[in-house]
Amino acid sequence: MALDSKIPQGPLADKWTNHKNNINLVNPANKRLIDVIVVGTGLAGGSAAATLAELGYNVKAFCFQDSPRRAHSIAAQGGINAAKNYQGDGDSTYRLFYDTVKGGDYRSREANVYRLAEVSANIIDQCVAQGVPFARDYGGLLDNRSFGGVLVSRTFYAKGQTGQQLLLGAYSAMNRQIGRGKIKMYNRHEMLDIVVVDGKARGIIARNLVTGEIERHSAHAVVLGTGGYGNVFFLSTNAMGSNVTAAWKAHKRGAYFANPCYTQIHPTCIPVSGDHQSKLTLMSESLRNDGRIWVPKHKKDVEAIRNKTLKPTDLKEEDRDYYLERRYPAFGNLVPRDVASRAAKERCDAGFGVNATGEAVYLDFASAIQRYGKEQAHVKGLNENDAALVKKLGQEVVKNKYGNLFQMYEKIVDENPYETPMMIYPAVHYTMGGIWVDYNLQTTVPGLYAIGEANFSDHGANRLGASALMQGLADGYFVLPYTIGDYLADDIRTGPISTETKEFEEAENKVREDINHLINNKGTKPVDYFHKKLGKIMWNKCGMARNEKDLKSAIEEISQLRAEFWKDVRVPGDANEFNEELAKAGRVADFLELGELFAKDALVREESAGGHFREEYQTAEGEAKRRKEFQFVSAWEYKGEPKDAVLHKEDLVYENIEVKERSYK
Amino acid sequence: MSGILNSSIGRKFAMALSALFLMVFILQHFAINILSVFSPEAFNEASHFMGTFWAVQYLLQPVLILGVIFHFVMGFVLEIKNNNARKVSYAKNNGSANSTWMSRNMIWSGGFILVFIVIHMIDFWVHEMNVKYVAGDMTGLIDPTDPNSGFRYYEELVVKFEPIWRVALYCVGFVFLSLHLLHGFGSAFQSIGANNKYTKALKGVSKVYSIGIPAGFIFIALFHHFTGTH
Amino acid sequence: MNLTLKIWRQKGANDKGKMVDYQISDVSPDMSFLEMLDVLNTQLIEKGDEPVAFDHDCREGICGSCSLYINGEAHGPDRLVTTCQLHMRKFKDGDTIYIEPWRAKAFPVIKDLIVDRSSFDRIQHAGGFISVNTSGNTQDANSIPIEKANADAAFDAATCIGCGACVASCKNSSAMLFVSAKVSQFALLPQGQVEATDRVMNMVNQMDAEGFGNCTNTGACEVECPKGISLENIARMNREYLKASFKG
Ligand SMILES: Cc1cc2nc3c(=O)[nH]c(=O)nc-3n(C[C@H](O)[C@H](O)[C@H](O)COP(=O)(O)OP(=O)(O)OC[C@H]3O[C@@H](n4cnc5c(N)ncnc54)[C@H](O)[C@@H]3O)c2cc1C
Ligand code: HEM
Ligand code: SF4
Ligand code: FES
Repeated sequence: MALDSKIPQGPLADKWTNHKNNINLVNPANKRLIDVIVVGTGLAGGSAAATLAELGYNVKAFCFQDSPRRAHSIAAQGGINAAKNYQGDGDSTYRLFYDTVKGGDYRSREANVYRLAEVSANIIDQCVAQGVPFARDYGGLLDNRSFGGVLVSRTFYAKGQTGQQLLLGAYSAMNRQIGRGKIKMYNRHEMLDIVVVDGKARGIIARNLVTGEIERHSAHAVVLGTGGYGNVFFLSTNAMGSNVTAAWKAHKRGAYFANPCYTQIHPTCIPVSGDHQSKLTLMSESLRNDGRIWVPKHKKDVEAIRNKTLKPTDLKEEDRDYYLERRYPAFGNLVPRDVASRAAKERCDAGFGVNATGEAVYLDFASAIQRYGKEQAHVKGLNENDAALVKKLGQEVVKNKYGNLFQMYEKIVDENPYETPMMIYPAVHYTMGGIWVDYNLQTTVPGLYAIGEANFSDHGANRLGASALMQGLADGYFVLPYTIGDYLADDIRTGPISTETKEFEEAENKVREDINHLINNKGTKPVDYFHKKLGKIMWNKCGMARNEKDLKSAIEEISQLRAEFWKDVRVPGDANEFNEELAKAGRVADFLELGELFAKDALVREESAGGHFREEYQTAEGEAKRRKEFQFVSAWEYKGEPKDAVLHKEDLVYENIEVKERSYK
Repeated sequence: MSGILNSSIGRKFAMALSALFLMVFILQHFAINILSVFSPEAFNEASHFMGTFWAVQYLLQPVLILGVIFHFVMGFVLEIKNNNARKVSYAKNNGSANSTWMSRNMIWSGGFILVFIVIHMIDFWVHEMNVKYVAGDMTGLIDPTDPNSGFRYYEELVVKFEPIWRVALYCVGFVFLSLHLLHGFGSAFQSIGANNKYTKALKGVSKVYSIGIPAGFIFIALFHHFTGTH
Repeated sequence: MNLTLKIWRQKGANDKGKMVDYQISDVSPDMSFLEMLDVLNTQLIEKGDEPVAFDHDCREGICGSCSLYINGEAHGPDRLVTTCQLHMRKFKDGDTIYIEPWRAKAFPVIKDLIVDRSSFDRIQHAGGFISVNTSGNTQDANSIPIEKANADAAFDAATCIGCGACVASCKNSSAMLFVSAKVSQFALLPQGQVEATDRVMNMVNQMDAEGFGNCTNTGACEVECPKGISLENIARMNREYLKASFKG
């Protein structure tokens, strides 16, 4: 099938308005006759479900947590972008569009990104009207922060809990519709397959996670807002349950999977403390404004630090390697995320990691504390040479800026970052890739839509901070509810979709088969064994830096691991009960397929772009080298085994923006 | 407004109102009783006034009785309902980590106060009612036929505090009242929705009231026990 | 560290359930409490036993899934943390640790340490929202300035993660802290005023219908709440409720 992105005609700035004016609508009375399934209740799914219900559709919403409020969006910290220009610093729809396309390393679709920028301002209005308590200044107006990579202050925030507040806003909008009976909520339900009838998505198969029942649910259209797949790496900043299952099942039913290899690895996370580690915690990127990153220069000092005979604070300046400052004198510690992440990995791989596992570097605030302390002493007319005083004053400044992060760090690591440098390491954070969608957010399966992190659309090869929340809410509140009408307009006379058809039967049987296999397998190893092993392969061979040889061996290893999994996995308990191991097993089974496609995608993409860094394709200075001939979206069609997947290309055309080299000089 | 007593917050509010009322009553009761330490005459005057003034007798007294009854009946009802809200209890519960003993045992302190009140009523109030409304003696005099015999209230008070058992009961009763109020005082304000910048200051007042008033009652009992001349 | 764990095991909602003892060795003080349970579960699976079921997802103290009653306290002995943020260094070698599910009639046990908190959701369905449609032409976000103190207080109330520790630690199994957090958030914002009367009435009525107990102001919830939601919110809800009752 040829890919049709369905980008509307006309000038960039008018595309969305024109499109809305021209698409089919469903009249309010007819909406009552139409059912829509929304899988996922994060920012994307939650906002979509609420809005569709407001419009009059009958919505069935699904999430695997015990409440929609616990979707992973809840964990987002920093903020949400919007081109409001409240600060009067020259922000505009175009500038937000420009920053996002450039940030994505010119691998996203112009028209989609422009629309995103266009509706961003509405998001803030909507959220405030819902009672989302954004930060305000003393004049009572909304406050903004600035975020990495841009020249304006356009990030709205609610302390370090922006995602939580936005999600609770969407959750409240859902609650209103649940109360009215317009949304029927299915908590603790996991979608395990899509049902396609006559080429159209007409329902899903879901497992009730409490009772183990396999249920059929039908609808006129199905929307997936099921989040990202960062957990293919086992360790990531994602929640434990985040998974690719829904997206992957859709892929297997005909939805193309786009750019699976585009992953964002965030440089400042709390490092792994041991084999027991189950997930990683993010430390805001803002810390790099004041922290200096280093490792010891000499192996003997590394040894001494690891077995605790040497304290990092006692290591002399000349024995430290401030490697970012050394390698990137111009940008120093403020190089972009991908560069900082790769550089840390390089040092640790070379054996300079400073913790027991050898995977940590220091983020040191000592000089910032000195600098601020001296400044304060000077301002207050105190003795600048009193070391104790300077330290105290400096620590106060740092506490005011980053107090909550320092406290969080201390809780987890049990070290006082005011006294000894923080240890940090990069971690998987976000997946730009996802299900391929056209301008209407429809996948290659008619009637199947994908929104939020689950789709691939807006961030290209690299996402800018504070724009995932924006995209999730844009899709759910302002885009999908209208574009889906265009499709549903044909369904007003279809009547309820029956679940008593051979397609439902077939899908249900397939789901049952897999479950029975897993339960009856009675192998020797728990699910986590395989997940951790997969994570290791992914991290080592498809992580921050990739090369042909490693990717090829990753493909082999993953495919072997998958075979081993199906042979030797042990899932205790029964199918007809609450069984978390069973749920986990299903998710890991899908990760084991996705992982292989991921590696294949990375192998095929013979260039470096954003989060995808191929060692073979770098500039002399070690920067990512994009290649013109790869200016396309890779959309993979399922053909059985991941290795047989067929590549379709959507060429990316830039008419409103000049494609340039990213440069940090 | 309808059915306010059927809602949790409504019940809480009613409970607090009855409690606030009782606290005012006890303050007033204390004010009169303490007079007995300084001036038997003043005590007698005040007691006679309270015992015979129509508004007190026919308005306040019934309200008080209903208030007490409402308060403890509601207290028991709430306790039962609250116990029902948890069917299986914890194998290990560390309540002292997050709340005071007083707050967790209002039903026990209250229950003891109830026992005390019953005995107290039999001691004083039943006797009063007998004299005043059964025997019909509204004079308040030691010898109703002799206007110069003086009021009987002080005399009776002193007599009551002679037996050590009653004094002991008094002391224990008021210790429980103190425990009850140490939580109850602040709680009543929270229940009616008063939690604001004055709450800190109120905590101090609460301590003074909750310890001071019961201690005062105990002092009165001990004072008469040891100084009583009859 | 070597520890003795006493864990509530219950096969399903209709099973009686009981405390079961487990020994676990080589616990690292750097593990989180849930990672310690992960290790136990791996051992159980390898032995052919069923792992202990417990709720968890974000493992960074924000989703509100995790919910263990540890040594007689909701979320364990540390303050202002959820179970997933509790670390094993808070315990000593040789300790015996009791691990139980939240206990409340309105939170029936589903399995082992997992309870059903949908009663919380139903309270929110009853009124935890501002009725505004998504139209794309809502008035500008800055058209109503909001005093910073109120905005901040609304935010503080809004940080409730709906974990249920307040209910679990309350001797009366009262949900007042949870409900008051939402009522307060909206009561403090101009956008929330229009529906204030109905909101508090409906939410409190639903709370009562779910079988939660009545608040007697012991304050246990505030101490155990991982997000430090203040009792002031309960007082505010009482006021809002009384105001609403007298209005009609
Ligand atoms: C620690 C952290 C911090 C972040 N900070 C920021 C930030 O400051 N700014 C920013 O813009 N972005 C941030 N992000 C990224 C952003 O939070 C996410 O990309 C975004 O929230 C994803 O939203 P979503 O609605 O697409 O998916 P999610 O919120 O992940 O929701 C997925 C939903 O799908 C459901 N689901 C999944 N699979 C199934 C299934 N098989 N069956 C049924 N239901 C299923 C889940 O139950 C859930 O409801 C952060 C991410 C992390 C990890
Ligand atoms: C007659 C026997 C009594 C019983 C059985 C009793 C019982 C109780 C109980 C169970 C409570 C807790 C209910 C709650 O907080 O909602 C309570 C609260 C209270 N009681 Fe009593 N009590 C008695 C007498 C008294 C007396 C004599 C006083 C005061 C002088 C008093 C003052 C209070 C106060 C101030 C509260 C707190 C009210 C609130 O929280 O709103 N009680 N009582
Ligand atoms: S009020 Fe606190 S304890 Fe209660 S649900 Fe909210 S966060 Fe949890
Ligand atoms: S697992 Fe999310 S709060 Fe503990």
